[in-house]
Amino acid sequence: MAVTVRIPTPLQRLTNGQGEVQCEGKTVTELLGDLEQRYPGIKERICDSQGKLRRFVNVFVNEEDIRFLQGDTTAVKDGDEVSIIPAIAGG
Amino acid sequence: MSHVIGLKCRECGRLYPKEVIFVCEYCFGSVEVDYDYDAIRRVLTKAALASRPKSLWRYRELLPIEGEPTVGLTSGFTPFFRAERLAEALGVEELYIKDDSVSHPTLSFKDRVVAVALTRAKELGFDTVACASTGNLANSVSAHAARAGLKRYIFIPADLEMGKVVASLIYHPTLIAVEGTYDEVNRLCAEIGAKYPWAFVNINIRPYYAEGSKTYGYEIVEQLGWRAPQHIVIPAAGGSLITKIAKSLKEFKLLGLLPDSHTKLYCAQATGCAPIANTIRERSDIVKPVKPNTIAKSLAIGNPADGYYATKAVLESGGWAESASDDEIIDAMKLLAETEGVFTETAGGVTLAAAKKLIEQGRIPRNESIVVCITGNGLKTQEPLAGRLGQSTRIKPTLASFEGTLGKDIA
Repeated sequence: MAVTVRIPTPLQRLTNGQGEVQCEGKTVTELLGDLEQRYPGIKERICDSQGKLRRFVNVFVNEEDIRFLQGDTTAVKDGDEVSIIPAIAGG
Repeated sequence: MSHVIGLKCRECGRLYPKEVIFVCEYCFGSVEVDYDYDAIRRVLTKAALASRPKSLWRYRELLPIEGEPTVGLTSGFTPFFRAERLAEALGVEELYIKDDSVSHPTLSFKDRVVAVALTRAKELGFDTVACASTGNLANSVSAHAARAGLKRYIFIPADLEMGKVVASLIYHPTLIAVEGTYDEVNRLCAEIGAKYPWAFVNINIRPYYAEGSKTYGYEIVEQLGWRAPQHIVIPAAGGSLITKIAKSLKEFKLLGLLPDSHTKLYCAQATGCAPIANTIRERSDIVKPVKPNTIAKSLAIGNPADGYYATKAVLESGGWAESASDDEIIDAMKLLAETEGVFTETAGGVTLAAAKKLIEQGRIPRNESIVVCITGNGLKTQEPLAGRLGQSTRIKPTLASFEGTLGKDIA
């Protein structure tokens, strides 16, 4: 078991075209670290040079925006689903 | 002939071809349409405009299509008028209403963006269009896609007003009512849009779609006699309209159609969903998402896509923001109807209520020109008015009953 991470279209080139990948970690930050291990180069697209999530990237754990949870320290566990979604949509 | 050069990232400036791209692949910033303004300046003159049809397509050089417009040919160029009785009620000298509550065909400003989005969607070869909507966009995509012969998938929050549901269903779309807030609908649609080959007007073809809102601003300037007002009060859901009105003024100045002038822009939101207004009042650049709770459902976006840019546009203009409670929204809807004969939806109540507060606070001076943006129609959002209006007087069909019942009230 692992956490399922859904990858937005602009980043799928870095995941060999996969829209969903499996990663491990106890928090969102750890998960993104593991994602980088598996698909080098992906983290700098999601995070800025300080390692903070970029302004125009939203992350959801089991469909809940992590800004309503504990941000990038939000806990994740096996079987959870994490979506990375560009902020510029809708409205 | 097209004057579109391509798409450009608003953050890092990377250039992209004019295809189905909505975010910068590198930094996730939004991409925006880039035009050849030198070429436009030569053809888009006041004289040329004078002979064109009164629709939003009169500004077509500034809209992101390649060929002739094919959708929404009768949309736009809505009424703009001086509101003297409302001005008197608010204690101001020069007040105007830009009235998209009577936009053709679906009674909201969304007809502008959809006309552009669907024309572009057809050019890009799509046969299916879709949207995530708080109601007005659902109505507009449903109607325009029906007429354009496109398949249509419409996603709305399940708790929308009946008027907005009926005004989508009549055009026979596939209407999907999602059990959640608009923000949840929107997140779902971002994931659906990545999987299915549809033109999601406010997601994957958003750069084209959003440009349609500029026509609201162009029309204010043209209908005011080629000048800009000193103040414009604008409702905000995702925040796009504010940024596009700012862009419309900038473009008209660049093209020499508007003398150098200074217009302050104001953001109006409901108190129960004010992420952009809050950011502006904190003079921050971090938009904190909220969980919406307001009768102004068409503005109930807690995680606004253009919140950051709308905040910047308002603060750079020297404007400000206000929010309105549910009671203030209803009072403002009634005030607009009773003084100017315009029945707007709850979002219009938000805008007028915010304008009223900004005037009372002295943020908007009473002797300067003000435009209030009315963007939707009250027939679609009747539920919150239940029990809040006067009642009809019921009589028998006789003169005696009439005079007996109304008696001394007859003038």
